[in-house]
Amino acid sequence: MSEVAPPEAVDLHAARVKVFKLQDTVFHQVTLVFAFIVLAALVGILVSLAIEAMPVLRQFGAPFLWTDVWNVPEERFGALAAIYGTVVTSVIALVIAVPVSFGIALFLTETCPVWLRRPLGTAIEMLAGVPSIIYGIWGLFVFAPLFSKHVQPYLQSALGDVPVIGGWFAGPPIGVGILTAGIVLSLMVIPFVASVMRDVFETVPAPLKESAYGVGCTTWEVVTNVVLPYTRVGVIGGIMLGLGRALGETMAVTFVIGNANRIVGSLYAPGTSIASTLANEFGEADPGLHISSLFALGLVLFIITFIVLAISRWLIRRGTAKQGI
Amino acid sequence: MPVTKRVFLKLAGVAVALSIAFGAPAALAADITGAGATFPYAVYTKWAEAYKAATGNQVNYQGIGSSGGVKQIKAKTVDFGGTDAPVKEADLDAAGLTQFPAVMGAVTIVANLPGFASGQLKLDGPTAADIFRGDITKWNDADIAKLNPGLKLPDTPITVSHRSDGSGTTYVFSHYMAKQSVAFMRDVGAGNTVNWPKNAVGGKGNPGVAANVQKIAGAVGYVDIADAMKNKMTFIALKNKAGHYITPNQDAVADAASGANFKVKGMAPDLLDQGHKNAWPITSATYVLAYEKGANAARQKGIVDFFSWSLNNGQKMAEDLGFVPLPPAVVKMVEAEMKNIK
Repeated sequence: MSEVAPPEAVDLHAARVKVFKLQDTVFHQVTLVFAFIVLAALVGILVSLAIEAMPVLRQFGAPFLWTDVWNVPEERFGALAAIYGTVVTSVIALVIAVPVSFGIALFLTETCPVWLRRPLGTAIEMLAGVPSIIYGIWGLFVFAPLFSKHVQPYLQSALGDVPVIGGWFAGPPIGVGILTAGIVLSLMVIPFVASVMRDVFETVPAPLKESAYGVGCTTWEVVTNVVLPYTRVGVIGGIMLGLGRALGETMAVTFVIGNANRIVGSLYAPGTSIASTLANEFGEADPGLHISSLFALGLVLFIITFIVLAISRWLIRRGTAKQGI
Repeated sequence: MPVTKRVFLKLAGVAVALSIAFGAPAALAADITGAGATFPYAVYTKWAEAYKAATGNQVNYQGIGSSGGVKQIKAKTVDFGGTDAPVKEADLDAAGLTQFPAVMGAVTIVANLPGFASGQLKLDGPTAADIFRGDITKWNDADIAKLNPGLKLPDTPITVSHRSDGSGTTYVFSHYMAKQSVAFMRDVGAGNTVNWPKNAVGGKGNPGVAANVQKIAGAVGYVDIADAMKNKMTFIALKNKAGHYITPNQDAVADAASGANFKVKGMAPDLLDQGHKNAWPITSATYVLAYEKGANAARQKGIVDFFSWSLNNGQKMAEDLGFVPLPPAVVKMVEAEMKNIK
């Protein structure tokens, strides 16, 4: 550039900068509005849930959360059975899904023959795209009868006498129930967790792994000492994504959980989850306390999801801090 | 020229007047909407289809649930509401609504008992109530054996299967059971959604309950007669008020209605546990709600036209779908009642 620019050129330049500035401001404002729409929707949902739930919270107070009663004719309501069902089915789902997904992801990234990677990966992604009602129908009509005939009786005779655990397998093996719901959920969660894990495992730089192999590490040692520490944050994110799906899943759970608003210690017993109670009872809920307690259940689910999100954030932050990134 | 022009204008004026006088209201009457109970959804839509073919008028019905139907008609968002649980007299008067039955149905007790023929196992009301409140837990219980002498009963645990969604079917069934047993009323209650015993399994909709009963050995459940027949389920014979054991069928339901007195405000006599010889005890009707004085006369007339046509021409269609048509005497009463809809 010349040292002394002609004045008209400076003007032109300034005008152009001005236009850019304006564009930037407009762009900034527009995206800000978009972002705030999300925030407003979130707050709006939370507030409207809270308003509708008010009559119940006023009537029963905090004990609503830990009362195991859901008696519609007598208008006595407590959320504990639904919370219990939601949490227990999700935990079962994760207990099954995390190791399996881990195995799938490891196989795909570390030991799978290259020609098989794409078809297997696509299959897993397609499994993630199956609508949840299909899982529900399959669970009720195919899985539950097989499970009650060929798996539940054997589990019962093998584990029924073991202290503590034995109680989990008590009661008639009827196929539907908390355990079945957990297993069907795990199938729905696996593709999500597995594909996230595979993606993050692929981000591990090849030189890192190769040097580990170079010093004579086995595949297992490479995975536990290099891949996992490097990807801890992503793996936690994937698991939380799966947990989020399990907590909120409605249709499939409604089909197979047995829909009994009670807590029975056994995993064979029918139970209910927050989402399935809402799906079942909203249509014909009587105005007044019944409807209001369904809104209160919705609020509880909202808060549980929020807590899960907060915990995962915290785990991720701790993970990153440890890694020193 | 001016003459022809004047004639033309006159003709046009007449045409416009004619269309205002006849064309427009006829077009308005064509479209009426209703919403409510899901139980009669199949028969209302079938009637609507046939009615449109016969008259060219359109009727839309949305199955959103009985309480939804009452809410929507009170909010005046629909022309008529449908409900399985009849609205009480006082509420009808307060809202200016008229109510009449449209079609009947029955709730049946079905079981999964391999080796038993339909209607082979017999129960009376109190014993059935004890089963459904979780007090009798095995099929070879002494109370069941007493009613079935000579029948070899299995040592299978009983799994009660019920509706998980709030429903008119549950409403009818639980009210019958509550009539039979004070303990049932105390433990389970009566209503759209009730308090089932532990280890009872809930299924969504009649098909959900039917599926659970068919999949779980030793299950017992309640299903509306249409779904039970469609799925060829094993019925349990139930003792009626006259002391006969009845296996549910459409004649037994019609018999229950013929003994009831429909000449009451709201036209909703209690059809449960009727005294006729062959009456099926768990019989119910589904009701239509409409305003006595509606805002739109043409639409009000549309409601009357549709149900008059259906009650007189739709019996066969209702039967084919597993419903039970109103007896002719009751149809006459409904037609008289509909004169109030203006």
